[in-house]
Amino acid sequence: MKNKVNKNLQILSVFCVMSGIATSSYGMHIMEGFLPPLWSLSWSVICIPFFIAGLLSMKKIINEDKKSKLILAMVGAFAFVLSALKVPSVTGSCSHATGVGLGAILFGPMVMAVIGAIVLLFQALLLAHGGITTLGANVFSMAIVGPIAAYGIYKLCRKLKAPQWLAVFMGAMLGDLLTYVTTSIQLSLAFPAEVGGVEASLIKFLGIFALTQLPLAISEGLLTVVVVNSLKKYSEQGLINLGRLSKEGKIC
Amino acid sequence: MLKEKKTFWINAGLILLVVLISILPLFIVKDAEFGGADGEAEVAITEINAEYEPWFEPFIEPASGEIESLLFALQAAGGAAVVAYGFGYLKGRSQKEKKVS
Repeated sequence: MKNKVNKNLQILSVFCVMSGIATSSYGMHIMEGFLPPLWSLSWSVICIPFFIAGLLSMKKIINEDKKSKLILAMVGAFAFVLSALKVPSVTGSCSHATGVGLGAILFGPMVMAVIGAIVLLFQALLLAHGGITTLGANVFSMAIVGPIAAYGIYKLCRKLKAPQWLAVFMGAMLGDLLTYVTTSIQLSLAFPAEVGGVEASLIKFLGIFALTQLPLAISEGLLTVVVVNSLKKYSEQGLINLGRLSKEGKIC
Repeated sequence: MLKEKKTFWINAGLILLVVLISILPLFIVKDAEFGGADGEAEVAITEINAEYEPWFEPFIEPASGEIESLLFALQAAGGAAVVAYGFGYLKGRSQKEKKVS
């Protein structure tokens, strides 16, 4: 009897998910239990070296200049704020920004592997947003690929003599966007379509995540410029000590 | 002084732009549900593989939508508090340095 009730419940819950009225709204990250075990494990293992490099990089930054602790905390808090705000988008669904581009541009990408992992762990444990089993995959997209892309694009723009605000904007925006492109790739690798395989799935997931993310990525780029502007106004010396600003007052 | 005022207005303009970008979809896309993108991904996964069952459930799930939004609001408020504290501290310090020099 009990078994039968259980079975009915199972059918009901599958039905709920299929008809899209699942009561729990998980995250814009990959949802708990939605990656097969092997993928969960693989992504987690890939993240470990980046996480360790992040810890070492963080230690070095704090040792070099104790004052950078405050800006480091602000960078983490910025990621907390942005990833808590779900914003409507042109696709008719909601998503949230990541906020990791700022820290990557100021401190280098590795630090954000640690900060991003903290944000994701917090959301997975307390908010049922993202998940423990998908933590590795989500850390990889949001805390590793996003920051590395943001940092790389920022540096590239500066090399091409783009003004600093534009470089910050491009870095933060594309870092945000590439985070969700990575999410789409991860899902399509784990769930290739029967017809068309990984590619067909990829188009589908990109349509959901990347398209929704586009306006949000622009917003994140703009907000990151605002924060960098303000930091420059109040703490030019602090940023120079970080090694991010050259003496002429330009972030290098 | 002039430079500081300029930064303020540029920032205010940028923030206004962000607000506009966030509100516009509500007017452009009529009769949309504005659910989470992840919810749609769930649907897509079940379309691709109807047999897939999540093999793990969250330990704690917020009891209702209201409680969930409470937790998200707390996360945002806490983060905003740290950012604001930081800016306040930096501003105070930069003014003090100006006075000394």
